[in-house]
Amino acid sequence: MKSLEELEKIRKQAQEALKVREGQKPVRIVVAMGTCGIAAGAREVMTTILEELAARSLSDVSVTQTGCMGLCEQEPLVTVEKPGQPAVTYGNINAERARRIVAQHLVNDAVVGEWVVATKR
Amino acid sequence: MRFYRAHVLVCAGTNCSLKGNRAVREALIREIEGKGLGEEVKVIETGCFGLCEQGPTIVIYPEGVLYCRATVEDVPELVDSHLLKGRRVERLLYREPTRPVAVQTVPELDYFKKQVRVVLRNCGIIDPDSIEEYIGQGGYTALAKALAMKPEEVIAQVKASGLRGRGGAGFPTGLKWEFGRKAPGGVKYVVCNADEGEPGTFKDRLILEGDPHAVLEAMAIAGWAIGANYGYIYIRGEYQLSIQRLERAIEQARRLGLLGQNIFNSGFNFDVEVRIGAGAYVCGEETALFESLEGKRGEPRIKPPYPTDVGLFGKPTVINNVETLANIPPIITRGAEWFRTLGTEKCPGTKVFTLTGDIVNEGLIEVPMGITLREVVYEIGGGIPNGHKFKMAQTGGTSGGCLPEALLDVPMDYDQLAAAGSALGSGALLIMDDTHCIVDVARCFARFFLHESCGQCIPCREGTLQLYHLVDGITRGTGTRQDLELIERLSRTMYVAPLCPLGQTAPLPIMTTLKYFKDEYLAHVDSRVCPTGTCRALATGHAAD
Repeated sequence: MKSLEELEKIRKQAQEALKVREGQKPVRIVVAMGTCGIAAGAREVMTTILEELAARSLSDVSVTQTGCMGLCEQEPLVTVEKPGQPAVTYGNINAERARRIVAQHLVNDAVVGEWVVATKR
Repeated sequence: MRFYRAHVLVCAGTNCSLKGNRAVREALIREIEGKGLGEEVKVIETGCFGLCEQGPTIVIYPEGVLYCRATVEDVPELVDSHLLKGRRVERLLYREPTRPVAVQTVPELDYFKKQVRVVLRNCGIIDPDSIEEYIGQGGYTALAKALAMKPEEVIAQVKASGLRGRGGAGFPTGLKWEFGRKAPGGVKYVVCNADEGEPGTFKDRLILEGDPHAVLEAMAIAGWAIGANYGYIYIRGEYQLSIQRLERAIEQARRLGLLGQNIFNSGFNFDVEVRIGAGAYVCGEETALFESLEGKRGEPRIKPPYPTDVGLFGKPTVINNVETLANIPPIITRGAEWFRTLGTEKCPGTKVFTLTGDIVNEGLIEVPMGITLREVVYEIGGGIPNGHKFKMAQTGGTSGGCLPEALLDVPMDYDQLAAAGSALGSGALLIMDDTHCIVDVARCFARFFLHESCGQCIPCREGTLQLYHLVDGITRGTGTRQDLELIERLSRTMYVAPLCPLGQTAPLPIMTTLKYFKDEYLAHVDSRVCPTGTCRALATGHAAD
């Protein structure tokens, strides 16, 4: 170790990985993971979201799962919660659509209207 | 870098190890892999959370949900419900005796509400085997900062913080460093005293297990401050996990150049070595520790000269306790003024206590200096179990004193506990309920010192023997009032005559029991009655009920 900058570099990297342990973040993505959700491909949606977040270094987002929301027909369901905005639930999500949700809704703040099944204040 | 949506932290402290944490961790990894969650969920071994009574403890982030007393059989449900379907497993949540609703997350717990974590800042949060995680929490920035300062400035900051040695004696750390700095001589040493031998104390063990780098970083800072290039950690051989973690931490620090030559391009060299003790209580005494470290029989030296002038291998040596050292990095990064906002005026900062005995929540806690025993026992400790009453608390381990219920409101710091006739000592808090006979308890203390006296000086060798026989006689029904007087006279001699604190403090616990529970002693010698029915040679106090 020769300089503070070198230490800072390691610190920043490790800090990103440790962010999960700071508790729930204001921005959350909730994937419905009941039997219905998993059968419809929620698992793949979840891993795609994690990959996409890692690729974009978006560590300030909590990714959690929940049980069946009662709308099994539209599974996989993904809800995006951002502070000060209504929570948006998307239906019939697959890996490709999950990527677009991250890019459009999370990064650019533009709700992807065509797949929205519900919004909640 | 991988991004995991959930981190599962399993306590890997010694206390949880006794409850099968390893099997639980292995089962968790198997189950998570089996469910195909290995890419999303990371399992981490971490240091002690402090809630040892409830072990093995597991915390799942990002929610921060705390699960207690989890067994291998619980693992499939935990993974299936919590990690797969996002439903909490209600039956494994912690239930506080005072509240009907289960506690969900760590910060909600009454146990943690009064705690302030400075020394334990990383315990239960980071993986102690990962230097990257320590750095991620701001680790080694204090060393970088210190190396940019003059050694005198570092010492001035430690002095200004008012930090006092946490091994038990409470000597001002900054002053000790200054003596070390000013001592003439080219070769000097930094020694970390991790020979934690006080019965009921296990804080240093859990600090080293949970955050070994904090101690290494502090030792390097101490080395820079006093002008030493080499440090030794003298640790008990029983502390296998601490030793293993320390060895790994030293290796990692060397790999990143945080120990070794020319650290941070400052021209400063520092390295650390772990030396293992063979288990003698007296080796916790600093000069006996040096003797043992030098490969000789562990017997205390005559003081003065003090270690800062003539210490290890005859060289000027600064020796600090594990907890003292763990306080150093935050003092350097956050400043002396911040440190002084915690605790009392004469004893700033926090104190780590190990809570054991007849108490609901046994474990490891860190609280501001000056907190009362009542707050610790009833608010953090959850009170006395099984419907019994509080009888006494022994503070500071076996060489500390016993406090009765009337003194529950004494603020706990070095000076105020000493004024109450006890000692803060190493931070052990042994709580006893009303089923214990005070004379029998005193006999156990006397026996301990008889066994641990190194035998070098006569007042201690003979004194501890006589003390034991006097107290033992009382429990056997042969004691008299004259014996009580003899105990007092012997104690007065022993407070001053022995060479080292072992002998000097040996009478303290016994004298405090005699002072605060005189009636119970008198029942033994006058009426030949043991009120609790513990001493079998005597009539039991219950017979009249």
